[in-house]
Amino acid sequence: MLILRCPVCGVDACETELAPGGEAHLERFGPGSSDEAFEGYLFVRANPKGVHLERWRHAMGCGKWFLAARDTATMEVLGTYGAQTEAPPADIQSKIEEASR
Amino acid sequence: MTARLPRGGRRIDRSRSVEFSFDGKPMRGFVGDTLASALLGRGQQVMGRSFKYHRPRSVVAAGPEEPNALMGIGTGARFEPNRRATVQELYDGLEARSQNAWPSLGFDVGRVNDWVSPLFPAGFYYKTFLAPRVAWKHLFEPVIRKAAGLGAAPEGADGDRYEQAYAHCDLLVAGGGIAGLAAALAAGARGERVIVMEQSAHWGGRAPTDAGEIDGMAPDAWVEDAVARLGGMDSVTLRLRCQVAGVYDHGYVLANEGLTDHRADKAGPRERLWRIRTKKVVAATGALERPLSFAGNDVPGVMLASAVRDYVDLWGVSPGDRTVIVTNNDDAYLTAKVLVRAGLSVPAIIDARPAPDSAVVREVKALGVAVHAGRGIAKVLGRDKVAGVAICLIDGEGAVLQEIKCDCVAMSGGWSPVVHLWSHCGGKLTWDADRAMFVPDLDRPPLGADGVGFVACAGAASGAMTTGAALRDAHAAAGGEGEAPQAEDEAFDLEPVWQMPRGAPHKLRSKAWLDYQNDVKVSDVRLAAQEGFESVEHTKRYTTLGMATDQGKLSNINGLAILADSLGEPIPQVGTTTFRPPWTPVTIGTLAGEARGDLFQPLRRTPLHDWHEAHGAHWEPVGQWRRPYCYLRDGETPEQAVHREVLATRNGLGLLDASTLGKILVRGPDAERFVDMLYTNKVSTLKPGACRYGLMCDENGFLIDDGVAARIDEQTFLCHTTTGGADRIHGWMEDWLQCEWWDWKVHAVNLTEQFAQIAVVGPHARTVLERLGEMDVSKEALPFMRWAEGEIAGIPARVFRISFSGELSYEVAVPASRGLELWEALHREGADLGATAYGTECLHVMRAEKGFIMIGDETDGTVVPQDLGLDWAISKKKDDFLGKRGQERTHLSDPDRWKLVGLETLDGSVIEDGAYIPDAGRNANGQWNVQGRVTSTYHSPTLGKGIAMGLLRHGPKRMGEVVKLTRIGKEPVEARVVSPVFYDPEGERQDV
Repeated sequence: MLILRCPVCGVDACETELAPGGEAHLERFGPGSSDEAFEGYLFVRANPKGVHLERWRHAMGCGKWFLAARDTATMEVLGTYGAQTEAPPADIQSKIEEASR
Repeated sequence: MTARLPRGGRRIDRSRSVEFSFDGKPMRGFVGDTLASALLGRGQQVMGRSFKYHRPRSVVAAGPEEPNALMGIGTGARFEPNRRATVQELYDGLEARSQNAWPSLGFDVGRVNDWVSPLFPAGFYYKTFLAPRVAWKHLFEPVIRKAAGLGAAPEGADGDRYEQAYAHCDLLVAGGGIAGLAAALAAGARGERVIVMEQSAHWGGRAPTDAGEIDGMAPDAWVEDAVARLGGMDSVTLRLRCQVAGVYDHGYVLANEGLTDHRADKAGPRERLWRIRTKKVVAATGALERPLSFAGNDVPGVMLASAVRDYVDLWGVSPGDRTVIVTNNDDAYLTAKVLVRAGLSVPAIIDARPAPDSAVVREVKALGVAVHAGRGIAKVLGRDKVAGVAICLIDGEGAVLQEIKCDCVAMSGGWSPVVHLWSHCGGKLTWDADRAMFVPDLDRPPLGADGVGFVACAGAASGAMTTGAALRDAHAAAGGEGEAPQAEDEAFDLEPVWQMPRGAPHKLRSKAWLDYQNDVKVSDVRLAAQEGFESVEHTKRYTTLGMATDQGKLSNINGLAILADSLGEPIPQVGTTTFRPPWTPVTIGTLAGEARGDLFQPLRRTPLHDWHEAHGAHWEPVGQWRRPYCYLRDGETPEQAVHREVLATRNGLGLLDASTLGKILVRGPDAERFVDMLYTNKVSTLKPGACRYGLMCDENGFLIDDGVAARIDEQTFLCHTTTGGADRIHGWMEDWLQCEWWDWKVHAVNLTEQFAQIAVVGPHARTVLERLGEMDVSKEALPFMRWAEGEIAGIPARVFRISFSGELSYEVAVPASRGLELWEALHREGADLGATAYGTECLHVMRAEKGFIMIGDETDGTVVPQDLGLDWAISKKKDDFLGKRGQERTHLSDPDRWKLVGLETLDGSVIEDGAYIPDAGRNANGQWNVQGRVTSTYHSPTLGKGIAMGLLRHGPKRMGEVVKLTRIGKEPVEARVVSPVFYDPEGERQDV
C-alpha cells in the first residue's frame, strides 16, 4: 500500500486515493506512423525491475495526474513530479542515477 | 489419559467454572481455559481427524500454530469452521464441533484411507484422475467434492457485525512478550507514539513459564510491572487479542482485534480491523517449536515439548502420567522440570545429541530423570493413543534397543523464529547453521518509501533465543537508550535432526508426519524430490506441504530440510516458500467491515429517485446508479410493464428520467481542436445551437462511448456520454488534457449531477411542452438535432431535439433541484395525453427497434465503429483523432470482420441472449465454428415479434439469408438476416 506525495496538492496520498496510469513519458504516435512505432506506443513497456517512471492520478483527491519515480523491487519512491514534463526534474534524475549505480 | 491436575495453572480460576459442549456433549472447564485445555482437562484427547487419512488427532501445540485441533464453533448464522481450539477462549455456552469425521469422531469411515495409504502418495490426484474423461463427471468429481475442504461451510449470511478503524504511529510493536514490551518501553521512553498488539489475551509470551528472573523480579512480576509502566505513558497504546496479520508496503499494517469471540455475550462488532500506518514495525513475534520426524509422531499424545509444559503450567492440565521427552536441544529439558515439579513422571529423555552436558541437563539429571544420549525414537507404540516408544540409535536405521511405556511424548526439534512479518513485505532471510534456523538478514530488510528498512525483528523472532539476549535485542531494535532489562542467558545448544533415526528406512519414513494438517509425510517429500520437484515452491504444491489454515507453521522448515537432503543440497540453497499475509486466518467479514448490504457501495440517486420508488420502480443497477427498469402497476409482470410502456410512448407520450446521462462541459479557445480529437467525426463544424451524434474510440480504435454533442457557444461544447461512461470519459478527457495536450487552452467539467434531464417522447411530446409554456418548441423554431434555451413551466431549461427512440422527442435539462417539479408538471399536463413514465428496458427496446447501438451491448471493447456500420460517423477529412491510427491496422480493416445486422426468427420467437451463429465444420477442439453472435435481442411490442441485432461475418452482404442461432438445451433456431433498422427506416417519426 504505497504512499505517494501528490505534487499538485501536496498531500501524502495513500494508494487507495490514487489510480495508476502505467509508464510515463510515452511518445504518442498517430496517423502516418510506422507499425513499429505505433506498436511501441500502444503496447511495448519497459517493465523494469528497478526505477520506473510512472503515471498516477490523485483520483480520490485533487483529480490531477502526476508522475513518480519508484523502484519496483524495493518500493522506494525517489520522487514525484508534475505531469507536464518530458523528463524527470534534475534532482530526481540524479537520485535515479545514484540508485542505479 | 489427560486430566486436570489437582493444583496449579496460572491462567485458570478454579473457583469459576464454565459450561460448554463438544459434539453435543456437555462439558465443564474453568475461566481462563482455552477450548483445548478444557478438553484435555476432561480427558477428551482426540479432537479431530486428519484431512486425507482420517487418522485420529489430538492437539500438538498450545498456540496459534496448532494444525490438528480445528473445530467448528457456534451455530446458525454465527457458525465458523476451522477455529483452532488452542486459541479459542472458553466461555459459557460455547458449542464446539469436531471436523472431518463421519459418522463420528470415535469411528470414522474415512480411516480406510489410512489403511490403504500406500495408494495415496504425493501427487495422487494428479496421477490418478487423468482418464477417462467421463469418469471425472460421474465418479471422481462427486467423491472429491465430498472429501474436499476442511470443516463445513457456514450456511446463510454471517450473523455478526465487523468494524474497521485507522491508526497512525511511530512504532508498531507486534507481539506482547517480553521482547515486545522491552521494545515498547524503549520507544515509549522517548515519547514516541507506540502501539503494542498481542494476539493472545495475555502479556509476557512464554516468559512466565520459561524464563528466569528479569531485573531481579520473577518474570510474571516483571511483565506486570512493564505493562503498568507502558499503561502510564500517554503515547503508548496496548491491545490484547489483536493479531498483526500482515505488513505491507510503506509501513501499512493490518491487524485484527477479537472483540466477542471470547465472550458469551456477542453484542457489538465481532472483530475490528485496524488499518495502520506506522513509521516502523518491531516484530517481536517469538519463535515456534518444531516437531521431530519419527514414525508415529502424529499419534494422539505426541505433543511439542513447549506445549506439554504450557498445559501443565498455564492450565493445570496433565497431558499424561508418563511423558517421554525426545529432543535435539537443551530447551526441552525445561519441560522435564515442569513435569517433575507437578508430580508427573518422566521415565526418559531421549536426546539425539551424543553428549548433552549443559547446566539444565545436569539439573534435570539431578532430579533423577534418565537421559538416553545419542538415541532417537524408532517409532511410537500404540495406534489411537500413545502406549510407549521404541528407542533406537539416532544414527542407525531404527533397530529397536528398548521400549519404554508412556502415554505422552514431548518432542522438540528446535525453534524457528517467526519471521513472517519481516518477510511479508520483502525482508530476506539467512540460514543460521549452528542453531538450524532462518533468521532475518539484516542487510536486506523490507524498505520503506525512503529506501530505508522499516521492519526490525526483536527477541526470539530475530534469533535471540535466550532471555537476556532477547531483552537486549529488543531494546536495541527500538533504538533504546541506556541499559536493557537484565536477565540470564540460558543454555541453547542444539544439533539438527531432520529425520529420526537419521537412517530411517521407507517403512518408518512413511509414518513420520511433516505436515499434520495436510497429511504430508517424510516419504512424500522424498518421493516429490525423486520425481524431479526441485523447487520448494513446486514441492509445496505437489505434496500440499505447508498449505491450508496453518500454512506450514510447524512443517515448513522440517519439510524443506528433508527436500534439501533428498536433493543433496544445503538448506539455504533450497530456501523457504514465500511467507504471505495473513499470519493466521482473518475472517472475510472483518476485511469487508461495514461494507455489506446497503453500505456495500455508495448509491447514486437522481433527483427523481424517490418519485420512482413511490411509483413502482423495478430497479436496475447501472454503475452506482439505480434506474427504473420499468414501473410495475398492479399485478403486472416486468414484461407486461415494458410492453405497456413501449406502446404508450410510441402512441402517446412517454417520460424518461435521463438524468444519469453524462454531461461534460468542454470549454476554452482550443475546445474545437479538443473535441475533434475526442470524437471520430468532425464536431468543430457544429454551429452554436446545433447537436451532433458522435463516437469516441480509444487509441486501439475500439468504440468506447457515444452520445450527442451540443455546441453552446463559440468556445463551449456540452458532451453527452452514456450513463456508465460519464466518469470514465471525464477521466479520459482529463488524462489527455493534463498529460498530452497540456498547452491547449481548454478545460472539462463533469456536470452530470448538476442537471435533471427528462426525455419527453412520443407523438404528443410537443403538445405537452406547449401546454407547460413559454418556449417555442415548434418544428420551425426547434428543428430536429437543435437545442434551445428558455423556460419550461417557469423553470430555466435547455431543450434538446434529440431522439433515442425514433419518436418526436425532446430532452429537457433543468437544474437538479427543480427536476421533480418539471417531472410532476409533465405528468399533470400530460395526463390526458397518456403520459407514461418508462424505464430503461423500454428505452432499450425502442432503440433496438430503431437499430441504434448501445455501448456495452453492441460493443465489448473489441468492436470498431466500422463493424457497426457507423462509417458515416468517422471523418475522412481529419488528420488525426483518438483511435484513427489504431483503426488503420490490418486486422481492424479486415473485410472478413463480423458486422452489424438485424436478425428476425422465421417463427417470430425471441432469440436467446448471447446466442452464437454457428458456421459449417468444427475447429481443432471439436467445437462448432462460429460466424457471429447476437448482441441485443428483445420482443418488440411495436412489431409484435422478436427482433435482434448481431455481428455476422460479411453480414451486410448477406441480407435475406437464413442462419441458425444457438439455444441452450435446444436445437438451434432459424433467423433471417435483415437490416438492423426494424421500425420507421426513413426516420419520419422523429423529424416532425
